[in-house]
Amino acid sequence: MPIILATDLFVYLLVAAGAYFVVKTRGAGQAADVLRELRKRRLTMAALTVLAIYAGVALMDSVRWRDALDSDVAAGNNGRIYSPEALSLLDRALGGLRLAQEKTYSSPLASRLFTKENALLASGEVRREYAPLKYPGIHLLGTDKVGSDVLYMAVKGVRTAIIIGAGATIIIIPFAIFFGVIAGYFGGVIDDVIQYVYTTLASIPGVLLIVAFMLLFGNRGYQGGSVAPDDVVLGVFVPNDRLMWLCLILGITSWTDLCRLIRGETLKLRELEYVQAARALGAGKLRIIYAHVVPNLMHLVVITFVLQFSSLVLAEAVLSYIGIGVGPQTGSWGNMINTARLELSRAPVVWWNLAGAFAGMFFLVLPANVFADAVRDALDPRLRNR
Amino acid sequence: MKESQTPVVEVIGLKTYFRSSSGVARAVDGVSFGIRKGSTFALVGESGCGKSVTALSIIGLIDRHSGWIEGGKVRLGNEELTSLDESTMRQVRGMRVSMIFQEPMTSLNPVICVGEQVAEGIRLHQKASKQDARVITVAMLSRVGFDEPERIYRAYPHTLSGGQRQRVMIAMAVACKPELLIADEPTTALDVTIQEGIVRLIKEMQSETSMAVLLITHNMALVYKNADEVGVMYAGKIVEAGSVKTLFSKPLHPYTIKLLRSMPVAGQRTHALDAIRGSVPDAASYPSGCRFSGRCPREMAGCAQKEPELVLRGQEHGHPVACHLYDAPFMASRSARLVASAEGVPAPLDKTHNERPVLLEVRNLKTWYPIRRGLFKRVVGHVKAVDGISLSIRKGMTLALVGESGCGKSTAGKSIIRLITPDAGEVLYMGKDLCAMKEGELRPLRRRMQMIFQDPYSSLDPRRTIMNTVGEGLEILYPEMSRRSRIAKTASVLERVGLGYDALNRYPHEFSGGQRQRIGIARALAVEPEFIVCDEAVSALDVSVQAQILNLLKSIQLDMGIAMLFITHDLGVVEYMADEVAVMYDGKIVEHGNVEEIFARPRHEYTKKLLAAVPRIDSALIESLKLPVVPAAWP
Ligand SMILES: Nc1ncnc2c1ncn2[C@@H]1O[C@H](COP(=O)(O)OP(=O)(O)OP(=O)(O)O)[C@@H](O)[C@H]1O
Ligand code: SF4
Ligand SMILES: [Mg+2]
Repeated sequence: MPIILATDLFVYLLVAAGAYFVVKTRGAGQAADVLRELRKRRLTMAALTVLAIYAGVALMDSVRWRDALDSDVAAGNNGRIYSPEALSLLDRALGGLRLAQEKTYSSPLASRLFTKENALLASGEVRREYAPLKYPGIHLLGTDKVGSDVLYMAVKGVRTAIIIGAGATIIIIPFAIFFGVIAGYFGGVIDDVIQYVYTTLASIPGVLLIVAFMLLFGNRGYQGGSVAPDDVVLGVFVPNDRLMWLCLILGITSWTDLCRLIRGETLKLRELEYVQAARALGAGKLRIIYAHVVPNLMHLVVITFVLQFSSLVLAEAVLSYIGIGVGPQTGSWGNMINTARLELSRAPVVWWNLAGAFAGMFFLVLPANVFADAVRDALDPRLRNR
Repeated sequence: MKESQTPVVEVIGLKTYFRSSSGVARAVDGVSFGIRKGSTFALVGESGCGKSVTALSIIGLIDRHSGWIEGGKVRLGNEELTSLDESTMRQVRGMRVSMIFQEPMTSLNPVICVGEQVAEGIRLHQKASKQDARVITVAMLSRVGFDEPERIYRAYPHTLSGGQRQRVMIAMAVACKPELLIADEPTTALDVTIQEGIVRLIKEMQSETSMAVLLITHNMALVYKNADEVGVMYAGKIVEAGSVKTLFSKPLHPYTIKLLRSMPVAGQRTHALDAIRGSVPDAASYPSGCRFSGRCPREMAGCAQKEPELVLRGQEHGHPVACHLYDAPFMASRSARLVASAEGVPAPLDKTHNERPVLLEVRNLKTWYPIRRGLFKRVVGHVKAVDGISLSIRKGMTLALVGESGCGKSTAGKSIIRLITPDAGEVLYMGKDLCAMKEGELRPLRRRMQMIFQDPYSSLDPRRTIMNTVGEGLEILYPEMSRRSRIAKTASVLERVGLGYDALNRYPHEFSGGQRQRIGIARALAVEPEFIVCDEAVSALDVSVQAQILNLLKSIQLDMGIAMLFITHDLGVVEYMADEVAVMYDGKIVEHGNVEEIFARPRHEYTKKLLAAVPRIDSALIESLKLPVVPAAWP
């Protein structure tokens, strides 16, 4: 029985957008030009590959279903009973890691636990020693406090990060472009009102706003872990309030910067001679905006997208750290970092939890930056054919 | 004026190269000249032929990361400048050689008052105390023509006009009595009416200090009136040099002749300008042999093999020239067979001057810009950019609108075709008042009225292909047109303006300034207008390119009977292009009438001032120039 979380929709949307681009690149047109340009640089292609892997992981982690329990209970119940756990494709693929539960910490690739514990020897004697692991050798990044595999946790963090990054930017970009462009292009009262709104928003400390919203709305719906039967709407759909609201509120607090940039740039573009020429040709306002203004703003959008994306992923970590991020049962790098706080202060330092989260972030944020630079250049005909 | 015969500064075989994406750019490739004390040497030539690089090499300001001096010497007195190290060179700069740049705003520090900046140089170079430097500065400022030098001393650059800033730059440059002053396009960024004043100021300073001046400009009239000697530069070399008198009256090199003949003057009206075809070759790939080959109207078989040298060819030619035409042995050989395709006499342009019906009538048009201040942006006043002008434009004729910058010319042009909504007045087009129409009603009329813009760089959307740019008007105004016929129409318009079919799928940055301007013209032509506003459409272009574009506009006008409102500040262009002229001053039209009449007998004070301030070359002189004749071909 399939289960679709509200936030899965973001991932589907992202993957659909990627697929749409790939389809567009077949044939001639701007998309094909852009792709040809991107393929020229090996670094870009490497970044793209890494990003595609991340997207794939996020997608696998967003396709989930509940298994039917074919126990006697079910038969007796005159119907089928489903397990409360809605495992994703990723969970199933990494089943080995997911189920390879140890007792507690073990360092990467260790064969024994990280801490000593009492062991009952055959002689009846009790000794303190490093107990051997149940699944030695498979924990590439060690295990955490409750014995879960750190690599598995880091991989589970991918979906959360991408949802926050993509979800929030999906809100930011249309808002910022829409309001920035109309403020800059139409000016006058419209401009005044929009400027007033975003100045006000920007002057409220973002964190306060986020805390308030999360406390108000963030405690309903799916929180990670098992799916409660009450949460299921329409048979398959599960609202995912906490993560949803986090995206929404992060989006609302961060569209103002881009909006301001876009407004300024539009003010400049509006006066350029090619816009005047288009007006002389009878082009209406809408046409000018979509044909001449927005394409010439894209470089700003692309750069800001990546900077925002990176800072949103980091913001998730910070918010989880102060306890208002995603739910504790949702795998996220923020949660991992949050727990690493105590681990770093232990006598022999437990560093792999932090390292796992860090590696996850690093290999997302760095290629994203590389890729965005390349996209920006590829979008600009002046920089092609260099 | 010539006080001594030994040159103050001597450039000998100077070569300055740059690393560029397409190889080594030989921007300056063996240039030699000398400037005597108290005299002015002018370097002229098309854009990109190495004039600025020559100047920067002399003063040691070549960008060290990409460029270097490959060879040659620059001798100032008995010092060799190219071999000096940076710290010694810094002593020379400002003290013995100083430079004035094109854009006076960027060469002054915006956060320090101008007096301090002038004084700074004086203190540095003359070891003067702070007080002394101030006194000298104030004296300098009054000498460059400021009535209130004390007030100017404390002024910040942005509070001064372009001309005032350039005066400050001159004060700064001559304060230490340099032996050589380099002025690279000192007037290009300034209004026409004050250009001559700035050059005259440089001359005055020169007669006081008897410094040598290297003047770089593309304004031939300025050179004609103000320089003593001229070097004509082409593709990194001087191709002809001599005194102003001989060079302008008896130019020898085909390039010089063509360059002079491309200038629009009254006498040329009846035929197309004698434009140079093609464009300056890229500095990284000059043609072999003579660098002008390929563009030269007198090219001979041997020209592409052997490079001519700059030498004085006997007495009969008078001054040095680098062209095989004056090389007797060459001309006696088989190499002297003419290969340039016959470039006939420029096509005569026949234009009957009889009265034509009025196409467009402007009555009492006003466009005021509100000035807003304060928190609530209250309107505290108006800039009366266009303040009640009346004009009439006849079918197929050209009306020129002239005036100094800021007098409202562009606003007037845009108001007439309703790119700006005027505040009052009417624009009658075939009996209908455009000003009273709504945007929607106006759209069908957009087919009839178009505009060509000044800046070939910002007038094309960098992210749209030429097809999309030129075809945009068709898409909007002829929505019934099929895609295929739109492409066909676009291609034919592009061909009309001299661009090939292959331009369609390219982007604007792949074209030169002149080509971009052609694209802008094609965009306007595509919708088949009856009336075009050309807002300084040729002002940003080089003389040679300007001639090509003027020819194009004129022939299009003849073919299609398009009426034009030609906004410009170049009086030569007005004389050449326009049938009628309207002189605008401070938002008002002060004089309106036939071109010949107004130029011959200006009535309004401002028109008189304008005509007097702008140097022009005698039209008869230009017309008398003829290309040398190549003797009968070899059998
Ligand atoms: N820093 C540089 N790097 C590479 N090439 C350069 C550099 N500066 C100048 N050039 C090249 O040197 C040539 C001469 O340039 P220069 O600026 O001297 O022309 P110019 O005659 O002063 O033109 P204009 O009339 O437009 O001022 C050009 O082909 C230019 O592209
Ligand atoms: S005639 Fe020959 S040498 Fe002289 S300018 Fe023309 S191409 Fe050069
Ligand atoms: Mg220059």
